[in-house]
Amino acid sequence: MKFAVPVFPGSNCDHDMVNALRDILKADADLVPATTTDLSAYDAVILPGGFSYGDYLRSGAIARFAPVMTAVQAFAGAGKPVMGICNGFQILTEAGLLPGALQANRSSKFICKTSELIVKNNQTQFSSAYAENAHINLPIAHGEGNYYCDDATLAELRANQQIIFEYADNPNGSTANIAGVMNRQGNVLGMMPHPERAVETILGSTDGLGIFQSLLANQQEVAHA
Amino acid sequence: MLKEQELTPEALKTTKAYREWGLTDDEYQLLTDSVLGRLPNYTEAGLFSGMWSEHCSYKNSKPVLKKFWTQGEQVIEGPGEGAGIIDIGDGQAVVFKAESHNHPSAVEPYEGAATGVGGIIRDIFSMGARPIALLDSLRFGEPEDEHTKYLISQVVAGIGGYGNCIGIPTIGGDTVFDASYQKNPLVNAMCVGILDQADIQKGQATGIGNSVIYVGAKTGRDGINGASFASAEFNDAKDTQRSAVQVGDPFMEKLLMEACLEVIHDHRDVLIGIQDMGAAGLVSSSAEMASKAGSGLELNLDLVPQRETGMSPFELMLSESQERMLLCVKAGAEAEIYDVFKKYGLDAVTIGHVTAGHQYQLFHHDELVADVPVDALATKAPVYQREKKRPARLNKQSHHQFMPRIVDATGALKKMLQQPTIASKASLYETYDSQVLTNTVVKPGSDAGVIRIRHTDKALAVTTDVNGRYLYLNPRVGGEIAVAEAARNIVASGGQPLGITDCLNYGNPEKPEQFYDLDESAQGIARACQLFNTPVISGNVSLNNESNGEAIYPTPMIGMVGLIKHQQDITTQDFKHAGDAVYVLGTTDEAFNGSELQKMLTGEISGELFDFDLVTENQNQRLLLRAIQKGLVASAHDVSEGGLITTIAESCFGKGFGVDLKSDICAANFFSETQSRFVISVTPDHRAEFESLMDPYATYLGQTTDDDRMLVMTADQAFDLKVSFAKRLWEEALPCLMK
Repeated sequence: MKFAVPVFPGSNCDHDMVNALRDILKADADLVPATTTDLSAYDAVILPGGFSYGDYLRSGAIARFAPVMTAVQAFAGAGKPVMGICNGFQILTEAGLLPGALQANRSSKFICKTSELIVKNNQTQFSSAYAENAHINLPIAHGEGNYYCDDATLAELRANQQIIFEYADNPNGSTANIAGVMNRQGNVLGMMPHPERAVETILGSTDGLGIFQSLLANQQEVAHA
Repeated sequence: MLKEQELTPEALKTTKAYREWGLTDDEYQLLTDSVLGRLPNYTEAGLFSGMWSEHCSYKNSKPVLKKFWTQGEQVIEGPGEGAGIIDIGDGQAVVFKAESHNHPSAVEPYEGAATGVGGIIRDIFSMGARPIALLDSLRFGEPEDEHTKYLISQVVAGIGGYGNCIGIPTIGGDTVFDASYQKNPLVNAMCVGILDQADIQKGQATGIGNSVIYVGAKTGRDGINGASFASAEFNDAKDTQRSAVQVGDPFMEKLLMEACLEVIHDHRDVLIGIQDMGAAGLVSSSAEMASKAGSGLELNLDLVPQRETGMSPFELMLSESQERMLLCVKAGAEAEIYDVFKKYGLDAVTIGHVTAGHQYQLFHHDELVADVPVDALATKAPVYQREKKRPARLNKQSHHQFMPRIVDATGALKKMLQQPTIASKASLYETYDSQVLTNTVVKPGSDAGVIRIRHTDKALAVTTDVNGRYLYLNPRVGGEIAVAEAARNIVASGGQPLGITDCLNYGNPEKPEQFYDLDESAQGIARACQLFNTPVISGNVSLNNESNGEAIYPTPMIGMVGLIKHQQDITTQDFKHAGDAVYVLGTTDEAFNGSELQKMLTGEISGELFDFDLVTENQNQRLLLRAIQKGLVASAHDVSEGGLITTIAESCFGKGFGVDLKSDICAANFFSETQSRFVISVTPDHRAEFESLMDPYATYLGQTTDDDRMLVMTADQAFDLKVSFAKRLWEEALPCLMK
């Protein structure tokens, strides 16, 4: 399985993601520039965290116009797995690949700490390695991670089990404690917490491994089917 | 477009307008008589005002800085370049430096702090290193004050705004509150980088005909002559200083950093030198690069990328617009360098060349607008041996230690935990991304931040420290303690101290009593550095930290880096399990003058500073490090402000363990700030070996427990309270004060 990690000008968790994939999960992973228009060589795409284009307009609002996003749209449209972490999540909502939007944290401050999450749906290709309702600890680091969607969207997210991760102790004011959501088709996931920062004991937590292990295991299943 | 009216050389002389830029009459005379042999024109006088400012020339502090110990076999590059470099083995090296941004942060706290961070990052990558960690040492007035609250929130937001965006973790630092800093806050930023020794760069411009290439952001009118501004005192009556503060763009710097590191790694055969455009902007970077190499230089200012129209040579040369670098590149290889920067969407323009001889020549609109000897700019600033006089405050000191009366030990501890300087700083540092780059092993809140070095078994411990109160009572011993405490924090984390950087924050050196503080404390720092084998490899000087004639406490911030040889030695301050034995290493005396307790009970600090012995300090540090390296230590925490009881409480807070301890020390002395001590916990199976190693220097106090109770029986009364309750007081104090 081969991962593409698009690098936007201002991405800063791109190397962290590739290091986690290569060094810890022993997976193939390439950094690809935001000018890339062809992702056909890859099996999964992960949009990394950071401050794409400085996030000077609104987080993710400029990045969604980068050439690589046309390719990501097509990639997702073909049903292949796409994941966005932190700024990557913001870009996916701006691009319309995920419902809702990320606004400034309730405190209006950037927050960096370990956050306790509840795995709400473990029947997905991104979360099958976790037990249902498992409590996991992942780092968060964002200024605009306050997830918002209207009531109708929330009802839909709930009806279709699209809420994958919830905060146990909502740190940023997110609607319904939402930390990570999936599209209806089940192949696009966005989440504010950073699983790539929680893959080694020495860094304090390995609870993020499950997300990557889920993807790798499910991809293998697809390959063997 | 309005063109700035430039005075003629004669008018400059008669009106003495150069005084506005910080040049003295004597310096102007020196320039006229000895350096040029003629009257300087407007631009030339401006160049010298920037280059001869304290910030660029160290004209007041040079005689003091000479006293620092800068040797040591581990030193690859000492003071003088953008940052110092220390060997950490395996062909790798650590690069670090700290810089103050006090004056800009006082008038424009968000941008002042942000550009302080941006500037120190450029110093690190200009050496060829990848920045991997940031620290911030902050001093504010008492947080009850409304303006201080504004300064705190804006400075912290500025630090986070820059560091978070560029993606370098902020992993440590220290924040202290004292009325001494009310009108003159201190914002000192430190950056640490890693490089392969083959990639080491120098800021030099050699080879006649080679090109001087300007890269990064365009030049605007921000921060004009900021170096001179930063070297002057504040005055309420004069509020025209805001325009001397620069504006930062971390996104631009992220691109600039990646592009420069790509040039350094992939184009080293054509890159001759690289330097940050920091204080005194284009003139400082270009003149220093040429002077260091013994070259001359000519620049065509019409080619400088500009974001405003009608800028004069004076403005172009002295602007401190951020996110700019200067490169010297082999003639003919310009295009390959342009291509790298173009990929990142950045300007890269050849603005001049290295010339034969030693003149520094500037052309603007086809006219020669400055023609001066380059060494005169870069190295020939006058050096002043300032007059030194023992301050009156030291002659009036009481010889007795303050003797606190503690009638309610538990109550006093509760109050102590809520003192702003003691209280948890989580509400500040949680707004900094401390984990990006995924190397952070020990996050902010412990004695030192620790980052692992990827693909090795090594790690680095980093810390900033200084207690200005101690220096106020005794500048020399206070200087020794500042280094000792930094080393104590490194050792408690499992590291061997390697070297230091410093920001020397003082008052006006032209006042003999202020100069005394600077000179004495430098001697204290020098002595301690030699003993700990921690040479000074970089740093900066920030003088004139005065407001309406009142100086801050002498505050030489020490930034120290230590090497942890094996990652298994990384040690934190939190108690790890119930049933571990708790010890204090070092003896406890009555050390209350300058203590947090004296401040808490009397509202001020006074008297002669308590005794301090560097040899004992060094011995205790070596003992602890040996115990850690033998795998005998579960936790270690240095005893500092707030004394032994505060240290024990902090070790309980991390994981919520309780303690059941007993001591023959009286309750009051549990607040004493005797130096050279650690609180250490040891698992039962290691007790015997630990005790035989530490005997007779460590004292057994009792055990950690599973109970939510901190019980410490002293010679006269008990500290007895719930850990969870104490922790809440400690955590909520600062957010509550900031409301």
